[in-house]
Amino acid sequence: MLVRAQVLVCGGTGCLSSKSKQIKEAFEENVKALGLDNEIQIIQTGCFGLCERGPIVIVYPDQTFYSHVAIDDVAKICSEHLLKGRIYEPKAYKEATEEELAKIKSFGEVGFYNKQLRIALRNCGMINPFDINEAIGRNAYQALGKCLTEYTPEQVIDIMKKAGLRGRGGGGFPTGLKWELCAKNQADQKYVICNADEGDPGAFMDRSVLEGDPHSVIEAMAIAGYAIGATMGYVYIRAEYPVAVERLQYAIEQAREYGLLGKDIFGSGFDFDIDIRLGAGAFVCGEETALIASIEGERGMPRNKPPFPAQKGLWGKPSIINNVETLANVPVIILNGWEWFSSIGTEKSKGTKVFALGGKIKNTGLVEIPMGTTLREVIYDIGGGCPNGKAFKAVQTGGPSGGCLTAKHLDTPIDYDNLIALGSMMGSGGMIVMDENNCMVDVARFFLDFTVDESCGKCTPCREGTKRMLEILKKITKGEGTMEDLTTLENLALMIKDASLCGLGQSAPNPVLSTLANFRDEYVAHVVDKKCPAGVCKPLLTFVVTDQCIGCTKCKRNCPADAISGELRQQHFIDPAKCIKCGSCVKGCPKNAIVVQ
Amino acid sequence: MKSLAELKKIREEAASKINLRTAKDGYRVVVGMATCGITAGARPVLAAFVDQVAAKNLDNVTVTQVGCLGECALEPVVEVFDAQGNRTTYAEVHVADVETIIEQHIIGGNVVTEKTLEVIKAAK
Ligand SMILES: Cc1cc2nc3c(=O)[nH]c(=O)nc-3n(C[C@H](O)[C@H](O)[C@H](O)COP(=O)(O)O)c2cc1C
Ligand code: SF4
Ligand code: SF4
Ligand code: SF4
Ligand code: FES
Repeated sequence: MLVRAQVLVCGGTGCLSSKSKQIKEAFEENVKALGLDNEIQIIQTGCFGLCERGPIVIVYPDQTFYSHVAIDDVAKICSEHLLKGRIYEPKAYKEATEEELAKIKSFGEVGFYNKQLRIALRNCGMINPFDINEAIGRNAYQALGKCLTEYTPEQVIDIMKKAGLRGRGGGGFPTGLKWELCAKNQADQKYVICNADEGDPGAFMDRSVLEGDPHSVIEAMAIAGYAIGATMGYVYIRAEYPVAVERLQYAIEQAREYGLLGKDIFGSGFDFDIDIRLGAGAFVCGEETALIASIEGERGMPRNKPPFPAQKGLWGKPSIINNVETLANVPVIILNGWEWFSSIGTEKSKGTKVFALGGKIKNTGLVEIPMGTTLREVIYDIGGGCPNGKAFKAVQTGGPSGGCLTAKHLDTPIDYDNLIALGSMMGSGGMIVMDENNCMVDVARFFLDFTVDESCGKCTPCREGTKRMLEILKKITKGEGTMEDLTTLENLALMIKDASLCGLGQSAPNPVLSTLANFRDEYVAHVVDKKCPAGVCKPLLTFVVTDQCIGCTKCKRNCPADAISGELRQQHFIDPAKCIKCGSCVKGCPKNAIVVQ
Repeated sequence: MKSLAELKKIREEAASKINLRTAKDGYRVVVGMATCGITAGARPVLAAFVDQVAAKNLDNVTVTQVGCLGECALEPVVEVFDAQGNRTTYAEVHVADVETIIEQHIIGGNVVTEKTLEVIKAAK
């Protein structure tokens, strides 16, 4: 019998960490033992996006979607589903929302995917990233062939400009224009650089594209090379992404073998090759001038612009730098036409954007949505809302450079300009959801902690200013802040934004400014009432026993600080001077009699 | 890679391999494959459908299996759904019948009445 079914096992980093490699091997063994190995293929793919429910397995052509698959489930799925055609219900995907809980969903019906439009992620979870033929079967390298045989470089640039694609690495600069600026500069050598540094904490869309569909990036770099007149490309990727590095390296070699990289591609006379450069994982190395310095072997520090990389880039030669996700869009734009691409999205932001949805949300994972989708649709329809019935409080977009948006912003259509107007930014696509149990002062402290660590130290406002801001925030979370501190924070923030050299410093104060603007009450509660309304900042919490106490003595016996006193069957009492706020008594009390104030 | 034609050839070969993974809007053939069906010879029937659909390049047809269809006495049972979801149930389908069902029903659009469950049941 010909191959009648294919089992796709997710091999993204998320699922690999929960043993998906062994699961794939177990499928191979079981299918063989059942004598089905001629008719059923087991294929390892890149990330499906729903990492929260991983390891993920999809059986085609039925499109049955299995989640949380364990090694022990494999034998059952094989004997029930693959042999007898009965869906193995215990692991079949069910929606996170209550009404849908009982229904088994096939891949095409899963709510998480329904509202998505997968362009950059079109092949992630669909193909085996180690098999160039599968990529070609999904149209890889067709666009490169079309450019080299039908279009002049100027025509390619013209298509990119009309498509309206903007940089997905954070800045949102129009890609076609960037290419045009570089193409105009005459030089004996030019370079195409792919920025796969992805330093934003919690973001992993670039990693997933490289793990799931490396050929889309290789192809796009060659197209960019043709457009600007470069014959060499570099992918700058952090060494912490070993799976992505391995797959990209393998894909580059396969492309060379097929003559899709190298000399005289498609007999057009155009030469192009790609090398990988590993970064050590400093956030600032994602900034383009720092990245170029790092490839050149210098310390990864930003420099003044101009000159822009398009004029003087790598080794002083005209270069373009594009983000992974930006590049992944390029081949589809060439194949489907700029008219198609520019029909998706909003007036000034075309196409889609991938977000790494995380924090207090039911379906964490990667989502790709058309620009103009509202935050509400992403958080509720795709993300399933906050877990455990908690109330939504805020969403941070743009990672450490972005800002917190609140419930009143939920109906905002997502695009570059709208997010900036609200004091946040698109950034590279981190989207962290917070619920009532998140303290916004603490959130601001978290992001600032990150930027203080990552500041390269070249300019004083960023190096010293962010440290002073962090000190003040820490003071506030300890209940030692004053109202004056809030004013100082704001002044420092505006000064740092104005006086810093690179985007890191210029955007570092955003989380503080946006939380101050949207959650000023919460800052004031810390400063004036010495309380943390969300119950997060430990020094500001008091543990109190209420009259619900039945005097069982359990808390007294278990308190690590001997802070609780009381007799059997009498209400107990916590000595605030002794209490170290570990919280264990609250969880242990059978009557829920201990509350945090 | 020297020409687009070369790329096209690879693409066509690979496309049939990944065709299983793309959603289709044509006929869907479902073969009952629980223990009773397998004993009654459903496996060769499934194989015949898969092979013939591929041989005839019927790109838009999905062939899958399903558990017991509840007609154990009349196995192998095969269901054919058209694009609108209308179901035809065939009973006692053997390898020899597969070509007829494909030619008449899936290509021609006409139900093979004498093999339908109702007709076979009525005859017993
Ligand atoms: C501190 C800092 C970190 C950055 N990190 C990244 C990154 O990890 N990945 C990325 O693509 N761009 C990053 N950028 C943006 C790049 O400087 C550059 O704008 C981008 O790679 C251009 O590609 P695009 O136009 O395709 O977005 C960062 C910028 C700054 C200021
Ligand atoms: S703003 Fe900060 S990270 Fe950027 S160059 Fe100055 S010190 Fe370095
Ligand atoms: S555990 Fe609860 S009920 Fe028991 S003594 Fe402590 S507060 Fe009272
Ligand atoms: S929070 Fe910890 S230290 Fe404080 S009273 Fe409860 S158990 Fe003791
Ligand atoms: S890594 Fe498996 S779904 Fe993301």
